[in-house]
Amino acid sequence: MTRISGALRSPLTFSVLAGLVIGALFLLGTGADPIAAYEAVVTGALGADGIGSTLTTGTSVLGLALALAIPLRAGLINLGGDGQMVLGGITAAVTGLYSPLPAPLTVVLALLAGMAAGAGYAVLAALCENRLGVPLLVSSLLLSYPAVSLASYLARYPLKEPGSSLPQTRALPDGVALPAFGDSTVTLGLVLVAIAAAAYWFTDRRTAVGYEIRMTGLNPRFSAYAGVERRGLTLRLMALSGGLAGLVGAIGVLSFPYRFVDGSLTAPGYTWTGLTAALLAAAAPLGTVVAAFFFAVLQVGGLAMERTTEVPRELTQVLQAIVIVFLAARLRFPGRWFAFTRRTRESGAV
Amino acid sequence: MFLDSDLLMSALRALTPILLAALGGALCERAGVFNIGLEGMMLMGCFTSVATSWFTGSPWLGVLAAALAAAAYSLVLAVGAVTLRGDAVVLGIAMNLLAVGLTSFLLRTVFGVQGTFDDPSLAGLPLIGGFTPLAYLSWAAVAVAALLLSRHVWGLRLRGVGEAPDAAATLGVSPAKYQYGAILLSGVLCGLAGAQLALGNVTLFTENMTAGRGWIAVVAVMLGRAAPLGVLLAALLFGLAEAAGFRLQGLGLPQQATDAAPYVVTLGALFLTTARRRRRPRTTGAVQ
Repeated sequence: MTRISGALRSPLTFSVLAGLVIGALFLLGTGADPIAAYEAVVTGALGADGIGSTLTTGTSVLGLALALAIPLRAGLINLGGDGQMVLGGITAAVTGLYSPLPAPLTVVLALLAGMAAGAGYAVLAALCENRLGVPLLVSSLLLSYPAVSLASYLARYPLKEPGSSLPQTRALPDGVALPAFGDSTVTLGLVLVAIAAAAYWFTDRRTAVGYEIRMTGLNPRFSAYAGVERRGLTLRLMALSGGLAGLVGAIGVLSFPYRFVDGSLTAPGYTWTGLTAALLAAAAPLGTVVAAFFFAVLQVGGLAMERTTEVPRELTQVLQAIVIVFLAARLRFPGRWFAFTRRTRESGAV
Repeated sequence: MFLDSDLLMSALRALTPILLAALGGALCERAGVFNIGLEGMMLMGCFTSVATSWFTGSPWLGVLAAALAAAAYSLVLAVGAVTLRGDAVVLGIAMNLLAVGLTSFLLRTVFGVQGTFDDPSLAGLPLIGGFTPLAYLSWAAVAVAALLLSRHVWGLRLRGVGEAPDAAATLGVSPAKYQYGAILLSGVLCGLAGAQLALGNVTLFTENMTAGRGWIAVVAVMLGRAAPLGVLLAALLFGLAEAAGFRLQGLGLPQQATDAAPYVVTLGALFLTTARRRRRPRTTGAVQ
């Protein structure tokens, strides 16, 4: 009983329920039936037609959620996911287009190059904090904009597909692509991201480094006292974070439509969805996976909801943000509610 | 010639929204609240001003509604960070995301369009001597904020609350009350900044039209060390970068280079100023 009421009383439960209730009020406000709309979200995202799309979106969302959760575990917020991801994507595209190696090796090289580009760029943000005293939050975000502009410029001018009206690079050569499962758009990228999640879980739970990271997040002054070197940790965590973001960009380019399309990585808002997932889970490894899947379902299901109920899919974005607002404000169900129910039940038993 | 009065005029026009938002951020910083929700509050101001101006035909009512709506929105931060003692950074990030989602959702439900609402009969703010009245107001606000913080008892108490909340509380000055005041004022200023952006600089609403200006305002607060005149100089630097960017675009540089210019300039300015001074002890709630 205490366990159940404890779970119900956690700010997490309250936030998610509050988000769903406020979402339902919005739906009522637009004249839609909330139950039908939520049903459309679930069937749209998890039904036979939607599950492939959910897993494809989930690959990117989970990848970025992990990328942002890793520094967040130590109390560092990386807001530059967009820039790191896009640089990873454009680097992978260039590698894929110009590498002289055979196709399978080119794929590996493109993935590695994408990760290196993202990692290098994130390290730059970490150096801004370590050496120049610009807070990471600000340096990572400000660096993100020029990176997105640069990739956009490359895709629109020097690398643009000749004759195409779209801002995109040429398609990668035949065979330079991540293997897909069956006819779906789900690729090996999902497996790569899942491996990253497993590695994060293992490091967090079972290694000394993971313990140091968690401790730094919980109490930076204590961990400094215990001998954790903060600058080095910031640098390493940001390198990992940017590397993962770059990997997501590279996976995006090496999957359908097998090229870098300007805006296709940033427009779906993977970075922000990933950040909300990481915040929702307080950067815990398994929680991040669950939260990322939950938000991927919302994002894909939102489209289905729009088709069946004509409610704009932006509602799911509102819902996500509301969950985090409530969580950050640490709202929870008042304790007396549960004390009251317990008392009445006990007195009823007597 | 490159540096001429035209450039200065367009720099001053680009400056206004940043300046208004950054003044709000500076007041919060002085009161010990790290406010990174400026972007979201500004965006709420943009949408409210356009919607109100469209339905009433009066841009003035649009400005008023924007100030009120953004102030109401800023209560999320006030209640969350001051009363409930939540994390101001996470709250700010969530408020920025919520504003993007909410305004995009409303754009589709209220106007029935996706992306941009743009209509020739949407009434914008009039220009007086090349500037909107809000631009003049923003310059006056710098002077008022400077006097308030250095001379007036309210401003001195606000600074006291920011620097030593416990000492202020001992003297009977309620930190919560002053922090609420600073956050609500920042909401009003961000609302005005949004109205300036959507009814002054342009006359339309686009999804996520603030495009990082709220974040530039956050940086301007850091650059200007939360002092009104410092904030003015920092915002002016950004205005010049944006205006010079437009100019260079006219000379054939790609749009992407000029889009990136303000962020690069701000970052460079941050490097120069922070490298020279040691980091001063920060107020509670600020990121380390």
